[in-house]
Amino acid sequence: MRVAARPHEGHHRTPGYVKGKSGTVERVHAAFTNPETRAYGADGLPLERLYLVGFAQAEVWDGYDGAATDRVYVDVFEHWLEAAE
Amino acid sequence: MSDHDHDHGEITHDGEPAAATRVRALEEVLVEKGVVDREEVRRGIDWLVSRSPAEGARLVARGWVDEEFKKRLLADARGAALELGLDPGSSPVVVAVENTEEVHHVVVCTLCSCYPRALLGPPPDWYKSLSYRSRAVADPRGVLEEFGVELDDEVEVRVVDSTADIRYLVIPRRPSGTESLGEDELAALVTRDSMIGVAQPALPTN
Repeated sequence: MRVAARPHEGHHRTPGYVKGKSGTVERVHAAFTNPETRAYGADGLPLERLYLVGFAQAEVWDGYDGAATDRVYVDVFEHWLEAAE
Repeated sequence: MSDHDHDHGEITHDGEPAAATRVRALEEVLVEKGVVDREEVRRGIDWLVSRSPAEGARLVARGWVDEEFKKRLLADARGAALELGLDPGSSPVVVAVENTEEVHHVVVCTLCSCYPRALLGPPPDWYKSLSYRSRAVADPRGVLEEFGVELDDEVEVRVVDSTADIRYLVIPRRPSGTESLGEDELAALVTRDSMIGVAQPALPTN
């Protein structure tokens, strides 16, 4: 999976540091209301599936100096995920 | 001046942090519009401050002594909390992650301050600080070292960023030398920080 690199005006829960980065789905959570519309008074429907996505730290941060196996896990909504080529 | 028998200046909101002023203004508006009432707000605050890390510690200690319970805790922390008669709160879903010889989890919320309040109580101030939120995710080993946790390079450090609806609770490693301890004694070793992943559990005192 890759996280979409698109910019997004307004409230969203996809941290900038994983945008455009490739990772693997580690856990499939339930579906939740979409914070991008709910934050502005809408009902947040349709529900969006949430995934725990794991990334290699070395892929995310230039010059990461921890161990090569270190990872960072981030919850990402389905509409932010793309198939990695 | 006050009308009682000791002296102090008039109590004002001077010096109140800007965020507190905004929250107070917001509460006034919400009450005025009938969205919440003051009793609801009071009850919410009361519930929040009634929570403490002792709740999460009971879950961890039971998990340490009962392998089957730990499996249920890892699969469904809410169900496991209810099983022990704990109040897991309403929504957010809590997910427990286990520290082992091979993997050390540390939890952060880079976007704000998401935290399993129902099981750990209110988050510490440092958890909400920009410094922790930005550094824990990019330099976890440096941050852990500052908290006194030194890990071998062979251990995978896994930062968990709770960016959305899930709250994460770390099950720290059971300290060696605790084989003879009972569940309550074990629970006393499970500190708040060890369930965030920035510390190891306390060591037993003999």
